Amino acid sequence: MSTSTSGIPFRENTVPALRDKILRAAMSNATETFAVKRTDAMAGLPVEEWREQASALRMHVLDNLSDYVDRFAENAARAGANVHRAKDSEAAREIVASVLKDHRIGRVVKSKSMVSEEIHLNGHLEKEGITVVETDLGEYIIQIAGEGPSHIIVPAIHKDRRQVGKLFAEKLGCDYSDDPAVLTKVAQKVLRREFLSAKAGISGANFAVADSGSIVLFTNEGNGRMCTTLPPLHIAVLSIEKIIPSLADLPKFIRLLPRSATGQMITSYLSVITGSRKPGESTGAQEMHIVLLDNGRSELVRGEYREMFKCVRCGACLNACPVYRMVGGHAYGSTYPGPMGIVLTALLEGMERAGSLLDATTLCGACGDVCPVKVPLPKLLRKLRESRVEQGLTPKLEQSAMAGFGKIVKSPMLFHLGQMAGHLFWPIATKLGHSAGLGRMPRPVAKTFRERVS
Amino acid sequence: MRVQLFATCLVDTMFPETGEAVMRLLRHFGVEVGYPAGQTCCGKPADSGGYSGESRKAAEHFISVFEKTDGPIVIPSGSCASMVKNHYPELFNHDPVMRQKAEVIASRTYELTQFLVHVLKAHEAGFSGSGKITYHASCQLTRELGVREEPLMLLRSLRGAEFVPLAHADRCCGFGGIFMAKLPELSMALADEKVDTILSSGADTVTGCDHGCLTNIADAIKRRGAAVRVKHIAAVLAEGLK
Repeated sequence: MSTSTSGIPFRENTVPALRDKILRAAMSNATETFAVKRTDAMAGLPVEEWREQASALRMHVLDNLSDYVDRFAENAARAGANVHRAKDSEAAREIVASVLKDHRIGRVVKSKSMVSEEIHLNGHLEKEGITVVETDLGEYIIQIAGEGPSHIIVPAIHKDRRQVGKLFAEKLGCDYSDDPAVLTKVAQKVLRREFLSAKAGISGANFAVADSGSIVLFTNEGNGRMCTTLPPLHIAVLSIEKIIPSLADLPKFIRLLPRSATGQMITSYLSVITGSRKPGESTGAQEMHIVLLDNGRSELVRGEYREMFKCVRCGACLNACPVYRMVGGHAYGSTYPGPMGIVLTALLEGMERAGSLLDATTLCGACGDVCPVKVPLPKLLRKLRESRVEQGLTPKLEQSAMAGFGKIVKSPMLFHLGQMAGHLFWPIATKLGHSAGLGRMPRPVAKTFRERVS
Repeated sequence: MRVQLFATCLVDTMFPETGEAVMRLLRHFGVEVGYPAGQTCCGKPADSGGYSGESRKAAEHFISVFEKTDGPIVIPSGSCASMVKNHYPELFNHDPVMRQKAEVIASRTYELTQFLVHVLKAHEAGFSGSGKITYHASCQLTRELGVREEPLMLLRSLRGAEFVPLAHADRCCGFGGIFMAKLPELSMALADEKVDTILSSGADTVTGCDHGCLTNIADAIKRRGAAVRVKHIAAVLAEGLK
């Protein structure tokens, strides 16, 4: 867990985002499209029942997590994978780097993985002299743009096709085009060369299956399957809570995850990878490593925010969040943005760093409604706000105002005095710098409703 | 029938005419309306800010005032009604006596349109109205109380008025209590987006069940220089009484 104490300046980050017309339009179009597709894909189906079942299963895993981690590790090893346990980000990065260095590998292809972002893998490998080539189209775009993902499944969601066209022309030397089909071909040509020459591939995992030791990948572009089968070495990096008990449980998530994420019935590719290539098999990496990241999760799944770890990283809560869809993911200044990101960042990186993110919610509840595994996000967000108050991390002025509120709310007389003071001093109070906040409220009346009725 | 009105602090302090509209509406249906004079604020601003100590004080006060009364408690606000119905009991998870009291209070509580439709069948009464009216579905009302149809049933029943649907009606307007003061730029951007949908609806009046949202929306309409009127649903309905 990071112990950085510099707080994320969320409000400051939102100001340029709100002025960025391209970002605003791209965010609004994309989140809208996903939300509509999601609704359509779920229409007429017993989704509530599915959510209950998926939620119960995820909770069961979390309740028995250490047993499931052991069982998964044992079965993955039996299937021929080298299983590594990483206590934190640093350990996980080191493991990946040392496996690659042992094989004298200087260039690696990678499919999309949010856990690799959480452990800041690419930066570390680059420092070790290893070039990482992102092969998911969105990840490739932001990699050459020098940015991080702004959505957990649609990393370049904030960009429009004209920006991508300019970026490709500038960085890849191709002719400018803003036709997505043309741009995809450009990337495909570059990436295909990388796949064919790569000596190692890195992936994440959407799920890990305890009783078979398999990892499961839901992908749409085929790059995930290339990264995990073409190179002779495959390293999968995943966090421990991704485990499900058995392959028989997978359909519970096949029907929910793509529908929640992109509104698809199923993703284009669904890979179940069980260990390294066996004699007689024609595909698969000859050597497979699995890095199981803990990063505080063993403890956190026993705490009061445990339900957060049911999350299957579909991104539906991001698309539903009024704040996220307005400013995009970069404003959150953290690996995971949106409602799930606020909670995870507070838990993984600490309140001093993530405190300001707790302002980034209106507690409207839209996130909780769309979550396929019923993570009670609004409840967790409110609980974290309580924790921020308990830790004394809210502004002093707010603390005094709330202490004052606690006193006057119990006393009708003080409450009435407060109303009168509000009426009298409103013109001054709104001039004192709060014109954009309180100043948008009308002035308290001279004769309150209570006075009118009594 | 006798009910107790919790007017809410916003109505008491800033929108007394909404409180009067609620009184007129309820009395029109032969309901006697009590107004416990000791009432203050439900504590929602403290609660959503994470100040549970302060919101508990508000809840204790509310309970002490209303437990001395009988009958349904009617609240013209989805967020305040949800505070009382859903959050009060949780605030006393560690205090069985208070939790029991909170549950009794919660079970007596209705949001205004809930009460109008389910108890008074007001949607069958035939209010009159005029113009084109659209409706913003506020967050706690919709998602915490599950009150989605009741306001629409009432608005569609207005004779002489045309109800026009609002795109993304249940998307947050950006008020969010303390949110509007802490992230004003975002709050205003969200309200601006809400105004876009209101203007596209072609309505001349926008209504809703929460003065918090309506205030935020009214401010954005004013900034836009648009001519759309903003009215609490109690005012829309009370105007239609004969």
